Amino acid sequence: MLRSRQAFDEQLTQLHQRLLQMGSFVEAMLEKSMRSLTQQDVNLAREVICADDIADEMDLDIEMHCMRLLALQQPMSKDLRLIGTVMKVIADVERIGDYSVDIARTAIKLAGREYFKPLVDIPHMGEIVCAMLRRALEALVANDLEIVTEVIERDDEVDKMWYDLLDELEVIMQERPETVPQAVSLLLVARYLERVADHTVNVAERVAYMVTGEFKALAPTHRSDYQLPDENPTG
Amino acid sequence: MLSEEAARPWEQDERAVPPPAELIARPPGEIRMEARDLDMYYGDFQALKGVNIAVPAQQITALIGPSGCGKSSFLRCLNRMNDTMEGTRIEGLVQLDGEDIYAKGVDVVELRKRVGMVFQTPNPFPMSIYDNIAYGPRLHGHTDREGLDEVVEQSLRQAALWDEVKDKLRQSAFGLSGGQQQRLCIARVLAVAPEVLLMDEPCRALDPTATFRIEELMLELMANYTIVIVTHNMYQASRVSQHTGFFMLGEMIEFGPTVDIFENPRDRRTDDYVRGRFG
Repeated sequence: MLRSRQAFDEQLTQLHQRLLQMGSFVEAMLEKSMRSLTQQDVNLAREVICADDIADEMDLDIEMHCMRLLALQQPMSKDLRLIGTVMKVIADVERIGDYSVDIARTAIKLAGREYFKPLVDIPHMGEIVCAMLRRALEALVANDLEIVTEVIERDDEVDKMWYDLLDELEVIMQERPETVPQAVSLLLVARYLERVADHTVNVAERVAYMVTGEFKALAPTHRSDYQLPDENPTG
Repeated sequence: MLSEEAARPWEQDERAVPPPAELIARPPGEIRMEARDLDMYYGDFQALKGVNIAVPAQQITALIGPSGCGKSSFLRCLNRMNDTMEGTRIEGLVQLDGEDIYAKGVDVVELRKRVGMVFQTPNPFPMSIYDNIAYGPRLHGHTDREGLDEVVEQSLRQAALWDEVKDKLRQSAFGLSGGQQQRLCIARVLAVAPEVLLMDEPCRALDPTATFRIEELMLELMANYTIVIVTHNMYQASRVSQHTGFFMLGEMIEFGPTVDIFENPRDRRTDDYVRGRFG
């Protein structure tokens, strides 16, 4: 028979593994949704939409696992922080799954018509965001604060891309009104990606809390004194 | 009330050597009791090693740690209960409101009136419920019948026992349940109007419901008393206390806000203990 602490350790390891499984699953959803958009692959987009039910089940299953551990083991210290972190992180990861579905739906909507310009920036933004999610999950596996910082720094890059795309698409829509329906959809995709990046930052911040025990808003955009570029009177 | 001068004598007197800052556990607010560099020996065995702790007034301070870590020995130093054991000796300083309780001329009976103790197992005296409560006040010369009635009622009310026993005050205290007996013992301590309540595993012999009532009672009493509780039950410490000290092998390893001790302890040994890795 297992000693209770040993059994608890095994359950924590299992929890960790399930979270990583869910993370990889959603990362694949995001990557496929972007591929379905760039390749105008409706089947792939449908696959992403169906996969969301599985991601939701994983989310519930992990949450229940956490609740059971809280109720039965009354965890303390690092154990408590791990479980609290997992409960927060699954909400972010589940939301990323939802954004992947939004992107897939947009892909279906836009399929069959040539894009008014070749997609370059949005797929590039997608690659960065996928990499951010992957790295945030790696930070969680390795309890690595350096990776946390890296993820948070990359968010600035994504934010900049989002604002640049917004400006660019605004100009295109003004100059060529016939592009508006497609451009609005692509603008939404860029916005989804920007939000996904924010969720990966949440994950990274939670990893930092899990490791250090102190919760700080590490990303500039999460601080109350943050100003959007167009809110800055000097800039 | 503890003055600033009394609280930090080394800041007033250049000759006094302050202990290292990290060893001084000084929560904000008024400090009721304080131990500094406290060593305690049972004969040749050193049970406490350089303990530093400041107990905040009108709060609950929990002391946790594995069996034999010195937490109960430390608790007993706070009202000189260890004096009654042959071969015990202490070095260092224990203060109540800035005054050394081990100084020459300190009236130990008066000290134990100010710093009362509740024990692991309820220990009512073999007498009526009323006489159990009136025992202390009578010992301190309180004989006026009406005054005693008032003290008995007030103490039992404060201990959340009055409604259950008001119709059987003359019956033996042994007829009460374990949880009621423990609340009676708390009422008995309250009857002599203490300032500090020391509780040595007060729920050890009680079932979960009775434990819950004692915990509720502690939280109510906190408004008027300073409470120090030794408990083996970490969850009890986390539920009721505002500050927690972790003892191991006679040393106080870590002291701080309870939430920090249980969520993010600084010392590896505290972390191992609260996570159930030893002890």
